[in-house]
Amino acid sequence: MATATEVHGAHAPGHHVEESWVRHYLFSTDHKIIAMQYMFSGIFMAVIAGFFAYAFRMQIAFPNADVPFFGLVSPGVYNALITNHGAIMIFWFAMPVLLAAFGNYLIPLMLGADDMVFPRLNRLSYQVFFVSIVVLLASFFVPGGAFGGAWTMYPPLSAKGAYSLTPLGSTLFVSAVGLEFVAFLMGGINFITTAMNSRAPGMKLYDVPLVIWMIVIASVLFMASVGPLIAGAVMLVFDQQVGTAFFDPDRGGDPILWQHLFWFFGHPEVYVVLLPTLGIVAEVITTFARKKMFAYRTVLYTVFGTGVLSFTVWAHHQFVAGIDPRMANIFTITTLLISVPIAEMLFVYIATLYGGSITLSVPMLWALSFIGTFLVGGVTGIFLGASGSDIYLHDTYFVLAHFHYTFFPIAIIGGFAGITYWFPKMFGRMMNETLGKVHFWISIVALNCIWMPLFVLGTAGDHRRIYNYSHFPDLWRPELHNIRVFATVATVVFFLAQILFFYNFFRSMFRGPHAEKNPWRANTLEWTTESPPPHGNWPPDAMPSVYRGPYEYGHPDRKDDFWPQNVPA
Amino acid sequence: MFNLPEIWVPAASTSASDIDFVYSLIFWIVGFWLLLSEAVFFWLIFRFRRRDGVRTQYITGELKSEKKWITYPHLLVLVCDVFIVVAAVRVWYDVKQALPPAEQTVRLVAQQWAWSFVHPGPDAELDTADDIKTVDELHLRTGTRYHFKLEARDVLHSFSVPAFRLKQDAIPGRVITGWFEPTKPGTYDIQCAEICGIGHALMPARLVVETPEQHAAWMASQAPPVSLAAHAAPRAQE
Repeated sequence: MATATEVHGAHAPGHHVEESWVRHYLFSTDHKIIAMQYMFSGIFMAVIAGFFAYAFRMQIAFPNADVPFFGLVSPGVYNALITNHGAIMIFWFAMPVLLAAFGNYLIPLMLGADDMVFPRLNRLSYQVFFVSIVVLLASFFVPGGAFGGAWTMYPPLSAKGAYSLTPLGSTLFVSAVGLEFVAFLMGGINFITTAMNSRAPGMKLYDVPLVIWMIVIASVLFMASVGPLIAGAVMLVFDQQVGTAFFDPDRGGDPILWQHLFWFFGHPEVYVVLLPTLGIVAEVITTFARKKMFAYRTVLYTVFGTGVLSFTVWAHHQFVAGIDPRMANIFTITTLLISVPIAEMLFVYIATLYGGSITLSVPMLWALSFIGTFLVGGVTGIFLGASGSDIYLHDTYFVLAHFHYTFFPIAIIGGFAGITYWFPKMFGRMMNETLGKVHFWISIVALNCIWMPLFVLGTAGDHRRIYNYSHFPDLWRPELHNIRVFATVATVVFFLAQILFFYNFFRSMFRGPHAEKNPWRANTLEWTTESPPPHGNWPPDAMPSVYRGPYEYGHPDRKDDFWPQNVPA
Repeated sequence: MFNLPEIWVPAASTSASDIDFVYSLIFWIVGFWLLLSEAVFFWLIFRFRRRDGVRTQYITGELKSEKKWITYPHLLVLVCDVFIVVAAVRVWYDVKQALPPAEQTVRLVAQQWAWSFVHPGPDAELDTADDIKTVDELHLRTGTRYHFKLEARDVLHSFSVPAFRLKQDAIPGRVITGWFEPTKPGTYDIQCAEICGIGHALMPARLVVETPEQHAAWMASQAPPVSLAAHAAPRAQE
């Protein structure tokens, strides 16, 4: 039974084969199914990591009280929760949803291809990713419990069971991260190759929608930066289990080496998840402002500039880590330089709104709120990139508030923008607008109430990864603790608001009104096929051709205010 | 205006106000940019909301006359960056890179999960018989510049004193030298700011900054009985 579908793979669109449910949904090579697998796995992991956040925020606000639905948060459990919250949100939520799910879903559809060029590699990528989830979750059930040495895994703490008290948990953690990288390497190869080779006839590189450009550049950044960290992860597992001494100072190793390997990957990683979201936001704001992207090429050049610079800033995470102090001067300059292309990119996005005709639908609200909140995350990064002020702010809640103001817009706001925008295409039904708007407003107010106060806490000296501030007389002041409680309450409100989203999401998936081919009147190719697209995306004899760029809204030569890419002049 | 963190946390060393200056300079510069961008952003959303009968404009953004709207702000950002880099690097140089001569040296040792401190005794020399060793309590006097020798016994730790605005990671196998000069008497928190295992939150220590007179009195109270002092072997030099 395998041969018929395997041999022709995904490239037999007209030739419909009845498949079992398992074959269709679990072992499919169709890029849309794999995208859904990544998306649902990512959302599932986000729910777990969000629950962790609830538990440890409650512990901070109400130390040593029983957390409802969780229980007592001991110091060891607290460390495991924050460690896995960070790692899951980045590696098992942001990356699979933004890069893998949207990449897999959109690349063939927006380029007018019937599938990825390597469908079976694509399936293998998801399977390895799935194994990485199993390995990570297994770490919670081994003797000693899950790893609690922060998602950055700094040795010697992570390298020796005697220090971390989680001899098995730390190995499983590092292995899970390594497996996840392998999965994304396979995905990245596929994304880049497909974008290079499978564009519709007539689609020049400057006709490629920004979201595809961004996902491809993100894949390049990922593949170029991940090598050192995979090597580092192998060395770390060897240190843990085989007895090597790469990071062991007692036997001639160097713990700082790990930090360089980790952050050489870790900083480009920020842009690996940022770029897909910038792409999603570009698609959404052009569609709902009915505007041509302001200076499309400038956006691309700023992305290239950011991508190159992102390899030269990693040591700003290590200013006070014991590196040569002269090095900090170089990294301060490169770090502040990277603010220039990013600022320019945001200026371009804001400028795109000028002269538009803006409809504040749910995807547009999310996309605009990305710009509004990411600006806060961007400017607060300057405090940390400047070596002089980082001496004080390093490893405080200021850092935490800063990167949540970047990662939250990137992963959650960007994810909501993308999901609400492409939902009609993915599931063939419309989501409920009213419910979506209520969900948006509660979430956006709550998120600012969570993290804006944490800038104050960081400035007041709250250091990170502390399960109970009552041990620190200067920090255990009522005015500071009230801020902690306030942020925790906002966190709970935020999580409760997500029930609205899940209700809307699943209800609309089965009961929502049917979506037409192009409900948003957008230009890009995915809107020219059925909702949801069939296997093979278009009928084989009606594959689209491309005549113009993706953002021709309001063109003076045309009566309609949009001009799809596939319509001949 | 230029010492914003002092609203929340006292400044008790000479470098504290320098670091507060960098913080505040950045605050005002980026605060201005943030408010300006958000204002323009919200104004555009309001001004160009959808109205019946008003058609969207076709602007490519590729013309010079259009591009200037992003080119000029972007050059201004670059200028602001230069100011920030200069301020940051100057303060960094003073606090971390230059090592001005000091009158006294203290040793700070971090381990899972406690701080031990070695103060020079009345002879003002470290590693002599009259050294004063304490756990989780560091005594310094105002108006004296100290060098510190920071060590870690097991994993990474970080010596962090918010009142000094100072932070320095401790690395096993290395001795990291730095300096500080307390200015304001009082007791302040010492934190470990680098995760170091399950007791990471259980490494609070206290910093007691005293006037020279108080400090002398404390030192006298710590003097060991003569017989013990005679037998105490000096700590081996690193």
